Amino acid sequence: MIAEPFAHGKSIFHTMDPRVKVPIVLGFSVVLAVSDKTPVLVMGSIFAVILVLIARLNLRQVLTRLLIVNTFVAFLWILLPFSFPGRPLLSFWGLQITREGIGACVMITVKSNAIVLASMALLSTSTVFGLVHGLHHLKVPDKLVHLFFFSFRYIHVIHMEYHKIIDAMKARGFEPGTGIRTYKAYAYLIGTLFLKSSERSKRIYQAMICRGFDGTFWVFQHFSFRRQDLVALIFMGIYVLFLAFMQWGGLR
Amino acid sequence: MIVLKNISFSYPNGLRVFEDLNFRLRKGDRIGIVGPNGSGKTTLLHLVVGLIKPNAGEIVVFGKPRKEEKDFREVRKRVGLLFQDPEDQLFCPTVAEDVAFGPLNLRIPKEEVHRIVRRTLEEVGLAGFEDRVTYNLSGGEKKLVSLATLFAMNPEVLLLDEPTAGLDEEATEKIEGILREKVETYIIVSHLRDVLEETTDRIFKMEEGRLVQVEI
Repeated sequence: MIAEPFAHGKSIFHTMDPRVKVPIVLGFSVVLAVSDKTPVLVMGSIFAVILVLIARLNLRQVLTRLLIVNTFVAFLWILLPFSFPGRPLLSFWGLQITREGIGACVMITVKSNAIVLASMALLSTSTVFGLVHGLHHLKVPDKLVHLFFFSFRYIHVIHMEYHKIIDAMKARGFEPGTGIRTYKAYAYLIGTLFLKSSERSKRIYQAMICRGFDGTFWVFQHFSFRRQDLVALIFMGIYVLFLAFMQWGGLR
Repeated sequence: MIVLKNISFSYPNGLRVFEDLNFRLRKGDRIGIVGPNGSGKTTLLHLVVGLIKPNAGEIVVFGKPRKEEKDFREVRKRVGLLFQDPEDQLFCPTVAEDVAFGPLNLRIPKEEVHRIVRRTLEEVGLAGFEDRVTYNLSGGEKKLVSLATLFAMNPEVLLLDEPTAGLDEEATEKIEGILREKVETYIIVSHLRDVLEETTDRIFKMEEGRLVQVEI
């Protein structure tokens, strides 16, 4: 199975109702993503860091994940300072670095890191299936929920199939190189994978209709909304509202 | 309970599987069907629950002719089909949810479903497996869970596609024992005669697109 390294822990976020976590992350992400005010970004980042500390995640793994995000952000640092119109800060070889360009880069870096940290603290501390059930109860359209559920469930299966085929290829002496032979072998592998996935999805669907499936998923296991969930919802909700107020309300 | 009359069926590639096939299953019958790989054993079971439709002939289940998709919907609620590969049958994260899937589709109230889940897991010897993650189970356990998902719907007939394929001796005996004790009417298809002799009263063989009874 795809590892969910953060999903099994003992912090209060691990036992929290996903119906609290999902809206908080959503609200927080929207406010931070559209915000252009420094205080909001600073307060938002502090909030995200506090959440990660409360969730007691393995900091090493957290940093590894941030590294992935910041690899993408690094590309922006290469392009944006040169292409953003504004007052020049530095110019060489006919290129100009603008003050606004650097500002935009800093902003994007802070925003993306804060949002990813908050998602790690709140969302990765649930299992994917907990989140799926949460979404269902939050009245997210069934089609989207099913799509999410099956994508996650069967990515693992496709991954296993991939390993089976790769192992079978290796067992017959296949060593990946850079020649046409290797590319052809990989093309066959991907083709087989598509066929197998499609066949399997057909059989799974058949098995489902044999058990009376008619398009509706009935959720069986329930989480309960406890008092500590309410308290958490109020606290985090107030913080997010406060951020939103800083962005759009008074405080000019 | 199940009558197949003059059934003909060919695969889309033109390969003929059944030609004028006739078959009848009565209440209390325990029938085995043996045949080599690719002889149409699985196809036969899929025809009964309408997953595929015959080119010619009539399928009568529970006294009513079944032609269209909606005719078969009722059939599927009363006939349990065990797939050859439990990986195809089990798709929920936990055992309990998979067992509950069928009864919930039958609109049985949740409290009752909880009881059904516990009872059926006990029946197949997997009491306490409710919260286990299905994809981490062993092959034998997966097969037993698949069987439990069928029992949970309280079917009148079971159609079992290679129920013991790929299982070790212990798991095989367990499944055979459960079938003998808990199920009244079923069809088992297998390419191994031994399995059928252990569990069925009559055995048929696939021969030139028809079913021929063989001596046990």
